Amino acid sequence: MTKTTYEVQQSDFITNDIAGYLKEQEQKSFLRFITCGSVDDGKSTLIGRLLYDSKLIFEDQMASLESDSRKVGTQGDDIDFALLVDGLAAEREQGITIDVAYRFFATDKRKFIVADTPGHEQYTRNMATGASSADVAVILIDARKGILTQTRRHSFIVNLLGIRHVVVAVNKMDLVVYSEEVFSKIEADYREFAENLDFSTLTFVPMSALKGDNIMTSSDDMNWYDGPAFMSVLEDIDILNKKAEIPFRMPVQWVNRPNSDFRGFSGTIASGTVKAGDNIIVLPSAKTSRVKAIVTYDGERDHASADQAVTLTLEDEIDISRGDVITEISQRPETTDQFQAHVIWMGEQPMLPGRPYLIKTTNKTIAGEISALKHKVNVNSLEHEAGKILELNEVGACNFSLDEPIVFETYRDNPAMGAFIVIDKISNATVAAGMIDFGLRRATNVHWQTVDVNKDARAQQKRQKPVVLWFTGLSASGKSTIANLVEKKLHALGKHTYLLDGDNVRHGLNRDLGFVDADRVENIRRVGEVSRLMVDAGLIVLTAFISPFRAERRMVRDMMETHEFIEIFVDTPLEVCAQRDPKGLYKKAKNGEIKNFTGFDSPYERPERADIHLSAGKMTAEEAATEVITKIEAKYLSS
Amino acid sequence: MTRLTHLQRLEAESIHIIREVAATCDNPVMLYSIGKDSSVMMHLAMKAFYPSKLPFPILHVDTTWKFREMIEFREQFAAEHGLDLIVHINKQGVDMGMGPFSHGSSVHTDVMKTQGLKQALDKYGFDAAFGGARRDEEKSRAKERIFSFRSAQHRWDPKSQRPELWNIYNNRIQKGESMRVFPLSNWTELDIWQYIYQENIPIVPLYLAKERPVVERDGMLVMVDDDRMPLLPGEEPEMKMVRFRTLGCYPLTGAISSTATTLTEIIQEMLLTKTSERQGRAIDKDSNASMEQKKQEGYF
Repeated sequence: MTKTTYEVQQSDFITNDIAGYLKEQEQKSFLRFITCGSVDDGKSTLIGRLLYDSKLIFEDQMASLESDSRKVGTQGDDIDFALLVDGLAAEREQGITIDVAYRFFATDKRKFIVADTPGHEQYTRNMATGASSADVAVILIDARKGILTQTRRHSFIVNLLGIRHVVVAVNKMDLVVYSEEVFSKIEADYREFAENLDFSTLTFVPMSALKGDNIMTSSDDMNWYDGPAFMSVLEDIDILNKKAEIPFRMPVQWVNRPNSDFRGFSGTIASGTVKAGDNIIVLPSAKTSRVKAIVTYDGERDHASADQAVTLTLEDEIDISRGDVITEISQRPETTDQFQAHVIWMGEQPMLPGRPYLIKTTNKTIAGEISALKHKVNVNSLEHEAGKILELNEVGACNFSLDEPIVFETYRDNPAMGAFIVIDKISNATVAAGMIDFGLRRATNVHWQTVDVNKDARAQQKRQKPVVLWFTGLSASGKSTIANLVEKKLHALGKHTYLLDGDNVRHGLNRDLGFVDADRVENIRRVGEVSRLMVDAGLIVLTAFISPFRAERRMVRDMMETHEFIEIFVDTPLEVCAQRDPKGLYKKAKNGEIKNFTGFDSPYERPERADIHLSAGKMTAEEAATEVITKIEAKYLSS
Repeated sequence: MTRLTHLQRLEAESIHIIREVAATCDNPVMLYSIGKDSSVMMHLAMKAFYPSKLPFPILHVDTTWKFREMIEFREQFAAEHGLDLIVHINKQGVDMGMGPFSHGSSVHTDVMKTQGLKQALDKYGFDAAFGGARRDEEKSRAKERIFSFRSAQHRWDPKSQRPELWNIYNNRIQKGESMRVFPLSNWTELDIWQYIYQENIPIVPLYLAKERPVVERDGMLVMVDDDRMPLLPGEEPEMKMVRFRTLGCYPLTGAISSTATTLTEIIQEMLLTKTSERQGRAIDKDSNASMEQKKQEGYF
């Protein structure tokens, strides 16, 4: 390898004036970008080339690269740059990149972090991951193929995640004999497509990552192109740091309390600038105070701004904890428990409206649900489509309803205040990325109507405690029979009851619902809401629904107050149920005449801790009903 | 408005990560390997909680084959900053007479380091452990998350990593499972040295060149740190000006010839050098994907 003039200059600089060199290094700017494109567009090759050409490959790595290239490379005797970056053994064998990888390199102007994101269709979630922290997106297009479905998909996701600067790298120009015509057509096609997207800069570079054309220096084979080489584009893109100029927000991450004399609030400033003496308000409590000091290990500062991690002390002693947001007074963020957001679904299990999830913002984790899927977005055509659920890698606009309010801004206005992830309550997996579009006014305007005659008054009149007796179990387990007997006994005791039966409800209230998972969840949600109103009316409500999913049974429990929900597991073995088969359903399921039948092709998740567990295979319905009455007598039936 | 420099951005990101663990995990611990990356991580942790002390203990998994100067440095450092230091040694390994000379580098590392670490995590029931690994060190590390999930058996599954977006970290786990957290993920070796220089962070003197007794073995300069090292016929320790780019078990850590006796000279030498950092470590050479395999088994 011959050294370039630049390299020699740098070496001399380092040799002769290391202190000066370090000083200069400290002042370099910083850029994070992602590369995205379809399989075989040459992303890994491009990154390998950038690392190689910016002299970040050491001799020992070079030696192993050369030997690997001969062994498993795809470039004959030439160096296969892709091998430098395809880290995991599995993907080396398959020849595709299967996860996000982060790479680091620097030029004399900038330091770079690259997220190498996969183009394979099922890994859209990894691309969104890489895009979430990037300032610039590099979209690769194979000059021979032009714009593909996945090019559109990636561009859409880049746009959705708020990246405003895009470089379109038209790669493999060597394979189209460096044709200007090919390049111009791709540029025109892409510009037309991108009109619907919100990019503020859009640059096109024709290149060959493999041959090094227009990567570091202009290519002799494309004299018709008079723009800068790829690296110069990356070095010169001006990333305006809008963050520091918008209103001050600091989500409180950790309360710093070493002793009774010091009470500080630590966090990373999401946006804006704060100075000692500034008036602030804490949300959602809306308490006000003034900033006393900005405390850091390196001493107090008079001001601090976006992205800095600091500790604030305040003039007044007010109660603040993790999850609160300290913000400037004049322009406040909103507070809501209901909002619309775009989500990218990343879970293996589909998103089901009504199912409870955890929502984590930058400093707060709250239980909540997706109350409705407004529409799906076809990421290829960008058109809206109707749908009930979101599958892995699908994008949609959803309404969220949370158990507690959050302080937020729209993702567009302030990404750090509008981003969140969705976590599955049972597997703890991250199942979605969300970006808030707007708060739903409903939350602030529709208040629960308070009435003078309340639940206690109604219940007292009936000399009973309102409660839901929730019977769950397989079809033909005996739920309805037992619930019916229990209701008869309660009636005889002079109690005011109502029995909601699965089959009956499906004839009226829920007749629009089928038996796929999303409908089963909605079925239970509606029954839960009806039960809640009846409990409010002071009644003892009995329900008999298969209710196969743990998450939904928990959802209904969470709708009620603590002692208002009793889960009764009618535990009859599947064989016994199938033998009884009073409606002939098991037979039909066995013959494949009905689909999504619980116990066959649809799962039943057994209750882990039912309040009452009836071994219904070993007792008569009468015995089971008596057991239920005995268990609830003391607490609910005595006046 | 002042624009943040590269190092200021990295520093803020790391502090955010460290605070997030303290705020949301029940029983975190910070792994302390005494090396330069650990020193930077400790420094960042002290910054994160100032004026409070670290709200968690620090753990050193001692293989009993570390350089003596490392242990001296550790003791002094912990005392000076009033740290809650836990030193764990795999007793079974000691009873077996484990060592790199008698058992070979990979068995020794597995028993004393990987198994030792798992023992310590299980013993104290830590649900989160900070490590000082960086993504630029090695190819499989480049794909690891900042909050990296481990099963109850401490295994890493590279194919089912949780997507990690923005600076919102999902650290929810079931009982028995744990998180490894890497606050230095986005730092490079040069960033580390520059930060040490800028912040004046103390480091083990082994990083600086000095006359030390070494023998050349399998193309590696090994320092004879104590009399447990059996010399082969014809081997005679020679005093040479050497220093170390990484620190670990002395028999497994190759020295490099160097005259760099100050921090700036180290950085200068590093910038002009042509070999990568991990080359001095015996463990990576075994096979191409060996680090990935080690990590799946629970190595840091």
